[in-house]
Amino acid sequence: MASHIISYRTLAATLGALLVLTGVTVGASYVDMGRLNVWIALGIASLKGFFVVLIFMHMKYESLILVISFLSTLCFLAIMIGFTFWDIAFR
Amino acid sequence: MHLSSSATDHTGKKMGMWLFLYTEIILFGGLFVLYAVYLTIHPQDFIDGGKQLNRIFGLANTVILLISSFAVAASITAVQKEQKKTALSALGVSLLCGLIFLINKYFEWGHKIHNDIFPNSETLLNGPKGLNVFFGLYYVVTGLHGVHIIIGMTVLLVAMIYTAKDKITADRFALLENAGLYWHLVDLIWIFIFPLFYLII
Repeated sequence: MASHIISYRTLAATLGALLVLTGVTVGASYVDMGRLNVWIALGIASLKGFFVVLIFMHMKYESLILVISFLSTLCFLAIMIGFTFWDIAFR
Repeated sequence: MHLSSSATDHTGKKMGMWLFLYTEIILFGGLFVLYAVYLTIHPQDFIDGGKQLNRIFGLANTVILLISSFAVAASITAVQKEQKKTALSALGVSLLCGLIFLINKYFEWGHKIHNDIFPNSETLLNGPKGLNVFFGLYYVVTGLHGVHIIIGMTVLLVAMIYTAKDKITADRFALLENAGLYWHLVDLIWIFIFPLFYLII
């Protein structure tokens, strides 16, 4: 079966974006914004993760079933985190 | 379906790998939940703990893993384009990156242990409770991640040997692709470890 070939150029551009975002997250950590810092760091990390999954892990070119199963995993993770904090908040 | 296509069931192999990766995501996800809960209970101790980690080491290891991820992805492109030499050198670069990562980690852990910061050390037992939890999580999460680096390097080495022996080719590279997926997941987890442990202020 023929699978999609990702060009070196696309891969290099992805690496570039990931390195820039790493720089941004280090830079942001020097600015004290209180509780907001954690959320900014997590936001940038998620954006980096998005690029890794989409390009390096080929998710952009995969079938719908893989995309759905991956999103289901993220949903499960969100439920796990959400319910835990629900518990912590009302203790 | 032809017999020949079922013998190299590319889609099935990839799907199996992804199912395994989902369990890995949940495994590390559980540890991140622990981290998040203890962060809300002991915010100041976690900030003090994070300040004791060397962010230059963390940054260097982030860059190293990103480059190695790129190299593995490039090796798959090279195999698909039948550029064997490029594929082999790309895999060599990614293995070298993994090795440098582990050496960095060795010095980092060694420095911490030298400063009496390790599970059950006097400093942590007699210090603030949150600091003990922070470094406990630090050792468990980075340790488990380090084990994944070693496993990933082993699988990549097998893929490299198979590529050299022409057992991985442009028509049959599921093993290399799955090895790559594993390596990218290890990178993905580090992308979250780095800001949570090293950059927290």
